[in-house]
Amino acid sequence: MMLDFIPEIPISDWTTDFTKWVTDKFAFLFDFIKDNFGSLMEFLTAQLMVIPPIIFILIIAVLAFFLSGKKFGLAAFSIVGLWLIYNQGLWEHLMNTLVLVLIASALSVIIGIPVGILMAKSKIAETIITPILDFMQTMPAFVYLIPAVAFFGIGMVPGVFASLIFASPPTVRFTNLGIRQVSKELVEASDAFGSTGAQKLFKVELPMAKATISAGINQTVMLALSMVVTASMIGAPGLGREVLSALQRAQVGPGFVAGIGIVILAIIIDRLTQSSSKKENM
Amino acid sequence: MPIIEVENLTKVFGRHPKQAIELLDQGKSKEEILQETGQTVGVNRASFSVEEGEIFVIMGLSGSGKSTLVRLLNRIIEPTQGNIYVNGENLSEMDKKALREVRRKKMSMVFQKFALFPNRTILENAEFGLEIQKVPKEERQEKATKALELVGLGSYLEQKPEQLSGGMQQRVGLARALANDPEVLLMDEAFSALDPLIRKDMQDELIDLQSTMQKTIIFITHDLNEALKMGDRIALMRDGSIVQIGTPEEILVNPANDYVEKFVEDVDRSKVLTAEHIMKRPETINIEKHGPRVALERMSKEGISSILVVDSKRILQGYVTADDASQAIKDDIKDLQEILRTDIPKAMKDTPMNEIFDIINGSPIPVAVVENDRLVGIIVRGAVIAALAGNSGVNE
Repeated sequence: MMLDFIPEIPISDWTTDFTKWVTDKFAFLFDFIKDNFGSLMEFLTAQLMVIPPIIFILIIAVLAFFLSGKKFGLAAFSIVGLWLIYNQGLWEHLMNTLVLVLIASALSVIIGIPVGILMAKSKIAETIITPILDFMQTMPAFVYLIPAVAFFGIGMVPGVFASLIFASPPTVRFTNLGIRQVSKELVEASDAFGSTGAQKLFKVELPMAKATISAGINQTVMLALSMVVTASMIGAPGLGREVLSALQRAQVGPGFVAGIGIVILAIIIDRLTQSSSKKENM
Repeated sequence: MPIIEVENLTKVFGRHPKQAIELLDQGKSKEEILQETGQTVGVNRASFSVEEGEIFVIMGLSGSGKSTLVRLLNRIIEPTQGNIYVNGENLSEMDKKALREVRRKKMSMVFQKFALFPNRTILENAEFGLEIQKVPKEERQEKATKALELVGLGSYLEQKPEQLSGGMQQRVGLARALANDPEVLLMDEAFSALDPLIRKDMQDELIDLQSTMQKTIIFITHDLNEALKMGDRIALMRDGSIVQIGTPEEILVNPANDYVEKFVEDVDRSKVLTAEHIMKRPETINIEKHGPRVALERMSKEGISSILVVDSKRILQGYVTADDASQAIKDDIKDLQEILRTDIPKAMKDTPMNEIFDIINGSPIPVAVVENDRLVGIIVRGAVIAALAGNSGVNE
């Protein structure tokens, strides 16, 4: 057969070798990240756990009240939803999940926005980065777990790593899109008045793209949350782990309860980030 | 010395502009170059100079390259070739930093669709240019407020652009440009997006402002009426080339080619032509020499029903009618003085056509054109109508 002329290309071996090489070569870096980052996240979780749940719930409710334009709906939902999670004994898991999502989102934003700006400014960068983003988003998320474990072992840090890869593309894409969508006349106006590149970016392009970028960040946070269950397969603690263990033991009840917890968290975070981006847009 | 001098300025859009420039030099047209090479000639070897304090209008239809040309002047679009001298300095050879300085200090731009920053207040918009120059906040607020007061928006400082009407938004655009105190204002179809009444107001206001500011203004428009109203001189563009540069009068009276003439056909001539353009040499009689008989003879010879009367210094005295003259002959009156009528409509050489139209409409006799009381010409109703219709009997 024609198709068999070329022997099987050992892509799988190459990838394995490459990962191994990276793991060995950069072990110092990975260890450093793992140690420091891991303890930072544990510290953060511990801090959140110190706050009495009732205070925490009230803070979120007040935040929801003001961010949603002084409406009671989201605030009321936050109080009932978070209380329910507490009531089901999932509070610590909730805090773990929250830290994982927040850290992964924060990193996605910190890395994603500059990359998005680079893409908006350079046609070459856009041409190179776009297929990489496609790859990151379409490759099944489980696949990232394997090198994540190889680099960072198990626990929260590889969870964040996998979430970061999976969740950062929307921020990058929306930042790029947002800047490219800034009207040509406004860009010309800023040039015509003698802006430097940085002035143009910070005084015109980023402010104008803010709403679009916020939408991207909202997507990123949601994707990070959706990685919670997947990341629990490599030992990331939190609500996801409850779902996973319920699945492994075929326990419908606990699985459902933990799942509801994730849904409640998702709704609150989504509405909070959305309403804050809408408010900025006004 | 002109404040801006443009030499051979050319812009070719496409990947191989050199090729297109060679073809341009061979005298090929924009169309031929597009077909042969796929390159679009935006501006074709434009040369002109602008004097200080002048309103220089660049006018052409859409696609004529006028908006590209104005953007070449501050290099928002990079020229393919050619030189731009501002105060004798060659802008096209400047590095980025020097160019930024020129844009900050010497040239400001006003945009067709205003290009205000929607997230900033009116004051912050007007401050933008100064903010870019890192002028301290208090100083720039003061200057921006002054600029806004100049355009009549002193009480809207804290509003957002979307709260303002189109005309007001463009005033903000103008204030933003003026706040920098530039030497040159580039106005790209600045009034084209406004409705006609507001537009007229803005034109009048800019002319007023200009009389005190004495800036150099390069004004882009597709509207010949606007060009004629605003411009000290007008450059007409077609297919990227400048086809004629001249004062509004020169362009109207001596269109350089068919293209310009076609343009001129549409113009509202009543605003541009003055008495001087349509007046004829008058038939007169001299009050010191002639009597009613001569007057009647002249009138019947020329086929007119009244004739103007002057003295030996050609000072206008009045007119006599044919009826009065024949009556005087019957009554044996020798002196013209007795039948002289003085209720004669007068106009100056520079009275615009539309005013003459009003004068002549309410009068049975022609309008006399005088200069220091001396009669220089006469305007008959037919000439006014002919001029308004487009085939003016200029300088017959």
